[in-house]
Amino acid sequence: MAEMLLQVRNLTTRFRTEAGWVTAVDDVSFDLAAGETLAIVGESGSGKSVTALSMLRLIPRPPGEITGGSVVFEGRDLCQATDAEMQAIRGNRIAMIFQEPMTSLNPSLTLGVQVGEPLVLHRGANWAAAFAKAGELLGRVRIPDAQARVRAYPHQMSGGQRQRAMIAMALACQPRLIIADEPTTALDVTVQAQILALLKELTRETGAALILITHDLGVVARYADRVAVMYGGRMVETASARDLYKHPLHPYTRGLLASIPRLDAPTGQKLRPIEGQPPDLARMPAGCAFQPRCQVAQPDCTATRPAMTEARPQHWKACFVDAA
Amino acid sequence: MRAYLVRRLAALVPTMLLASLIVFVTVRLLPGDVIDMMIAQNDIGSKVTRDALEAALGLDKPMLTQYFNWISAILLHGDFGRSLWQQAPVSDELLARLPVTFELGVMALGVAMLVAIPIGILSAIRQDSWSDYLGRSFSILMLSIPGFWLGTIVMVFPAIWWGVSPEVRYIPFREDPLGNLWQLALPAIILGTSLSAVTMRMTRTMMLEVLRQDYIRTAWAKGQSERGVILRHALRNALIPVVTLIGLQAPILIGGAVIMEQIFVIPGMGLLLLEAVSRRDYPIITGVFLLVGVVVMLINLLVDLSYGLLDPKVRYR
Repeated sequence: MAEMLLQVRNLTTRFRTEAGWVTAVDDVSFDLAAGETLAIVGESGSGKSVTALSMLRLIPRPPGEITGGSVVFEGRDLCQATDAEMQAIRGNRIAMIFQEPMTSLNPSLTLGVQVGEPLVLHRGANWAAAFAKAGELLGRVRIPDAQARVRAYPHQMSGGQRQRAMIAMALACQPRLIIADEPTTALDVTVQAQILALLKELTRETGAALILITHDLGVVARYADRVAVMYGGRMVETASARDLYKHPLHPYTRGLLASIPRLDAPTGQKLRPIEGQPPDLARMPAGCAFQPRCQVAQPDCTATRPAMTEARPQHWKACFVDAA
Repeated sequence: MRAYLVRRLAALVPTMLLASLIVFVTVRLLPGDVIDMMIAQNDIGSKVTRDALEAALGLDKPMLTQYFNWISAILLHGDFGRSLWQQAPVSDELLARLPVTFELGVMALGVAMLVAIPIGILSAIRQDSWSDYLGRSFSILMLSIPGFWLGTIVMVFPAIWWGVSPEVRYIPFREDPLGNLWQLALPAIILGTSLSAVTMRMTRTMMLEVLRQDYIRTAWAKGQSERGVILRHALRNALIPVVTLIGLQAPILIGGAVIMEQIFVIPGMGLLLLEAVSRRDYPIITGVFLLVGVVVMLINLLVDLSYGLLDPKVRYR
């Protein structure tokens, strides 16, 4: 296998809460090749955002803490990097786009300052040059009248435009990896598609790899090369997007796919929700995290935690039950 | 912006008129009569009758008439009247004393911000560390210690122990700028540190609040250092309510200056006011109050205008 851009191994992050230590990311491993788009899918509380923040060491500490594992990016373990080394990587080699464009931009700084800032930090640009480049970047994410918007403040822009500005900011230093944490959740449906298409197009142009964190399997199908499904802080299945849709192996993934409305489904077919509640991270069930809700659970499932195994070529699952 | 300013200034007029009426009436309601004091002090009771003295000072007319005479003289001629005791124009006294108090106030405010904002920031970014506890304890301490007590202690104990005491002869700025600043430093520091307590707590609270915001995480994610995150991304947003607070503290600042001037014998408005109150010199009291009122209102206007510099969402229409 070719040299991977990113290798995450056994990443574990926990938080101190009133209910005790809660493991939000539990022994998560995955690889990412240069230029590849990986979607991390899961419901709220499945640990997908915390995984992303842990990779950049942006977990608020306290209460959060990365307790183990490694995040090897371009041959260097970010978990061992110093604060200064992390600062040199963030926004430069790895950029991040956040969920809430309304609150993720600083209300008292102009777009020019915010979009140009990575260039000043990482490229040693002066502010005049950074402003000019910011105007260029805003044009590239198709903000109309970009050169003038450099002087605009976030409150003068729509949600979609702000998310475009966030993307421009992420692109500033031509990072090798962009992590987009639910980049479209807060936006209108029509704007969502535009933003994702833009993100995909720009990553393709620059050759950057993309980690797309989402709870929307529909998004995954169109934009991701590979998919990783998370449940209860653990990774339960990874496969190529195509393979995952055709042959979902984990009962949770199957449940997710069965609960998506499809236009090509026979009329009258009902959506099948997954019964039960997502697990309380403070009180995880023994064995498999999904076992209490699983329709095909076996005695094994409550006894030991299933490890990720390659069930089909390039298709891993963490489940004891053989999918029929 | 200009329209806004004109409107705000125009709005000051009715407020000021109402304030002047309240001030005028309450001052006259003070127990103790200036006529009695004059007669008692000068032993002139035999030569001049009470009524004649009252008439000479214009105090025999109905209070409302007195008020209208007083306010119309101010509005029409800028004439604040004359001191009942010295016959000197009140406006001359006010003009002589205002710069002194202004200087003390600005210095105290400077001290307050220099103490409050750095400690507030440090307290927030090192939340629950020993430096946070130290900063918060210091602020509670300064909040609890009254300025007049600290001022008296600073005045008295060095004199007892080492035989040194602050200069009681006032050095005007124009004569000796350094000597003047040195003389005002002590009262300004005492006044400033006691003012800083609340500002420091507000800075800390707002900083903690702002540091939890999503855009701070964005700043970290683009590779900013802690210093850059705090100074460029957090501080400005955190300071908006702090500026409001500083505006609200203006009356406290002036009240504190009155006390400090008395303790350190600084011939500002405070000392003038205290002397006037003790002698029931009505025109001076009302003049000082009116001027202080205008200053407080102008400070608040200035604070409102400064939001525009800090918060781009604020537009003046």
